[in-house]
Amino acid sequence: MLTEATGQPLDRVDGRLKVMGGARYTAEWDLPGLAYGALATSAIAHGKVRTLDIKAAQQAPGVLAVLTYLNAPRLQPMPEKVGGTLFRGEGGITETLQPLQDATIAYAGQPLAVVVADTHEHARYAASLVRITYDEAKPELDRATASRQTLPEAFTGSKEEPLQVTVGDPRSALAAASVKLERVYESAITHHNPIEQLATIARWEKRNGADYLTVYDTTRGVDTLQEVISASLNLPKDNVHIICPFIGGAFGSKGWLYAPALLTAMAARVVGRPVKIELRRQDMFSTAGQRGATRQTLSLGATRDGKLTSLQHDTQAQTSMVSGYTEPCARVSRMMYAVPNLGFAHHLSHLNLPSPCPMRGPGETVGGWALECAIDELATELNIDPVELRLRNYADKNPETGKPFSSKHLRECYARGQELIGWAARNPKPRSMREGNSLIGYGVATTMYPAARREASARATIFADGHALVQSATHELGNGAYTIFRQISADALTLPVNNVRFELGDSALPKAPTTGGSATTATVGPAATAASEAVLSALKQLAARDAKSPLFGASEEAIEARDGRLVRKANAAQGETYAAILKRAKLPSISAEGTAKPGDEREQFSFYSFGAVFAKVRVDEASGSIRVAQLCAVYDVGRLMNPQTARSQFIGGMSMGLGATLMEATHYDARNGRAVVRNLADYHVPSMADTPDILVEALNIPDPHISALGARGIGEIGCVGTPAAITNAVFHATGQRLRSLPLTPDKLLKALAS
Amino acid sequence: MHPFQYQRAESGDQAVAVVAKNPDAAFIAGGTSQVDLLKEGVHQPSLLVDVAGLPLRQITDFEGGVRIGANATNTEAAYYPAIQARYPAVSEALLAGASVQIRNMATMAGNPLQRTRCPYFRDLDQPCNKRTPGSGCAAIGGYNHVHALFGASAACVATHPSDLAVALSALDARVQTTGPRGSRTIAFPDLHRLPGTTPHLDTVLEHGELITSIDLPAFAGRSHYLKVRERASYAYALASCAVALEMDGAKIKRARIALGGVAHKPWRATPAEALLAGQQPTEKLFQAAAAAAFADAKPLEHNAYKIPMGRNLLVRALLETSGLQPLQGPAGTAFAASVGGMAGQVATPN
Repeated sequence: MLTEATGQPLDRVDGRLKVMGGARYTAEWDLPGLAYGALATSAIAHGKVRTLDIKAAQQAPGVLAVLTYLNAPRLQPMPEKVGGTLFRGEGGITETLQPLQDATIAYAGQPLAVVVADTHEHARYAASLVRITYDEAKPELDRATASRQTLPEAFTGSKEEPLQVTVGDPRSALAAASVKLERVYESAITHHNPIEQLATIARWEKRNGADYLTVYDTTRGVDTLQEVISASLNLPKDNVHIICPFIGGAFGSKGWLYAPALLTAMAARVVGRPVKIELRRQDMFSTAGQRGATRQTLSLGATRDGKLTSLQHDTQAQTSMVSGYTEPCARVSRMMYAVPNLGFAHHLSHLNLPSPCPMRGPGETVGGWALECAIDELATELNIDPVELRLRNYADKNPETGKPFSSKHLRECYARGQELIGWAARNPKPRSMREGNSLIGYGVATTMYPAARREASARATIFADGHALVQSATHELGNGAYTIFRQISADALTLPVNNVRFELGDSALPKAPTTGGSATTATVGPAATAASEAVLSALKQLAARDAKSPLFGASEEAIEARDGRLVRKANAAQGETYAAILKRAKLPSISAEGTAKPGDEREQFSFYSFGAVFAKVRVDEASGSIRVAQLCAVYDVGRLMNPQTARSQFIGGMSMGLGATLMEATHYDARNGRAVVRNLADYHVPSMADTPDILVEALNIPDPHISALGARGIGEIGCVGTPAAITNAVFHATGQRLRSLPLTPDKLLKALAS
Repeated sequence: MHPFQYQRAESGDQAVAVVAKNPDAAFIAGGTSQVDLLKEGVHQPSLLVDVAGLPLRQITDFEGGVRIGANATNTEAAYYPAIQARYPAVSEALLAGASVQIRNMATMAGNPLQRTRCPYFRDLDQPCNKRTPGSGCAAIGGYNHVHALFGASAACVATHPSDLAVALSALDARVQTTGPRGSRTIAFPDLHRLPGTTPHLDTVLEHGELITSIDLPAFAGRSHYLKVRERASYAYALASCAVALEMDGAKIKRARIALGGVAHKPWRATPAEALLAGQQPTEKLFQAAAAAAFADAKPLEHNAYKIPMGRNLLVRALLETSGLQPLQGPAGTAFAASVGGMAGQVATPN
């Protein structure tokens, strides 16, 4: 028998292509006649365009067209919902502003003109010649005083994601609690900043008199983008084809903001040639999404022996004037601890800033940070070990819904994490440990991630040479999708992993959802299995009908696939290879589609992954510099499909969490709303020197309820938890509670001076 | 990027002649900082004269010191044995800056001539007197986290970003130039200007004046560079300092201190230098010197943190240079210069 491919540390199947430059990313497609677009953007954050002088740009060398709101093609409004996800309105996920439709300006950096030219350089230069004057209004830039403040009902319109909830009576319980703690935590605006910037190439063609649009885009939602573009341009959906075989990182961007793609499609329409627009890094700080800043109030009530009696988590989030996106900060608080009185609320302020969107661990990363810091503060208040306090409030069922967890082994995570970091050997007293110039501290945080699963389809094809191809419209954004879906498909087809290929990133393939929410493995994995089983079923029927087959006359149930052969269950010696069946039938291949979706297990169980993160920090008090000396995590994420790509996901997420904790922040000028930080020299992401060896273990216990694969998603859990573990370690090192992310040296120096 | 002409210099004199007669011409060498400014439209020359091919790359022993050719790369200078051994502050400043790739391209004359990292300077939609004289200063009243404590004006509060320049200032390096009016020597502390009412001028170099070498004078003391930044590597200094100490037995004969990240130029802390001369090194003395160095600091809304940071940094630099405390890594390396060190528990490399 073949060894199961899933669970093996298979090298990335696209690794060599990527390293050798053979993986083609969006901006690299070279279409005949390609023209280049460049954006001219708004200098102001609020107001209207008064005049647009495009003469000089039009006359510049190589210029083919200049699009503004005065001459650009008209677009339909952004759809209300796509694929069941709320797009418009409070709590909606996307920016609703359709580009170049009128003179209104909602934020600085908003595209106001597209210049198309024969070369990239000509386009950029000509864009700098567009002269714009404004009727400027005072921008609203302060969450607290914003004139438009709302209470969104649900995140993305999902009934499973209410944003205003009360269970029991948290206010009265807090008032009655013997120990009370109320703390305010703030987090800065951060940006995804994948190395690959947003890019689109659009090409229009006439086919039988009808307009067809092919779009190469950096999207992690080919099907979603197809719907948005076809709806916006009033085209039949089947006339829009989206292609994206490789994504150079997304982290939450490249999913839910469509202006660059729509602008490219419009520009290509106008000039009658394929057009490419690749955002500049500076544009990534205005038109590519961000994590909005938050102000969160955590109110905890507890007994003297550390039993939580009340937990209230209130968030003041922010969004733009043209989006209802709300950072869902209570996602951890609503499920983590056994607390009888639980409440959370989300207030949303609309500002003249660029639109936010999901960013790795939306809600969980900064909301979990606030909760896990507050729990640490409570542990200090009660003089209870921070791990012990968490164990005293361990939830065996979801405190909001009362449903049991599908599979939870968090106690093992705490225990193993303590061993890995050397928790017991530390001196628990704050400000008690020192090495050279540095104070030393240890911190812990619990982490989690919702284990979502959605519906997806796939097609499996077995060829007469014995190879197979499985396809689904999912995405490779560095997550290892090509690799693990090949492994999963190989097992389902009982073929060696090298005999199976997996294709993705194309809206013409069977449907899959936007890659996000750490749901891809649990969503597309079962679809790949279903398609594989469907094609094997078709092959079984083919063999059973063939008088020359050793399987002739057998019922489908009496046949099984084994090592690339179909054999009689009763007698495995009676059988033949897939290739033999196809060759005799003179078929080059056989295909079938399969669809998989979650069932009523979702009504019975609460699906989450869990983990415990431990950090050791060194703090140089004189300069305020913090370094993470050690970072360990133990995760309970179900069964791992590939421990090697999983480890990369974990340590990548943890590094991103480390960045959010220590250094990542985008500042906007408080007077005019322009991004002040807008390049990678000023926006700091962790360098190798900031990143310690990260120790990661996964329990690798299959989730018996999520799917037959037993695998939950792992894309985001690394980012969650890490910020609180580090922040709590800084407290242990210094005795100072820092409640504002990121923990830059200026903030620590200020705290130490007070 | 605005269109421009490009030509390779045939000789130093030819390059000077071509640039001097065209007010919109500029030299380019490594281009590591300049190309960004070209792409952002901040720098809009009509002609670039590439001097990278001129034979100005030699590093040689010179008058008891070291002469560093203008085109020597940052990497070549940082690892030049006589510099690493006798002027470790220079190697430390170089190696604590940028990245290997950038240091391999950037030249020794270009590094001190890089422009400010004030974010407003790079945004054409914001006023900036340094970029567009007379347009105003957006950093005053704006986001001024990385701005100056000393020597600023109502026209400009920008800081100079070069680490190398701070070390060269403390060592009183000399800049050799050739220009339309012949050759001259400029004392490094006089190379950069304060902003005053003309912040668009970073240095005293005339248009068309070309640096040919940077000379480190003979020096028998100890030198050291320390830098604080918001990440462990590849970030500009929030604050930095270079110290050069010459001892007379157990006493300090002469101390020179340059502070980085706090002014429009490397800021020589002359009150602190005066206070240290002739004294026995002690932590208390160093604290007094640091207090004196920052006594006249004038913080803006978002940069007051640089005062305690800068004071603490200077005390540590003096302690480490004088030997009262050990260096945090081998002299002449980034490990000695980087406050906070690297993440993880990495053994200090040799």
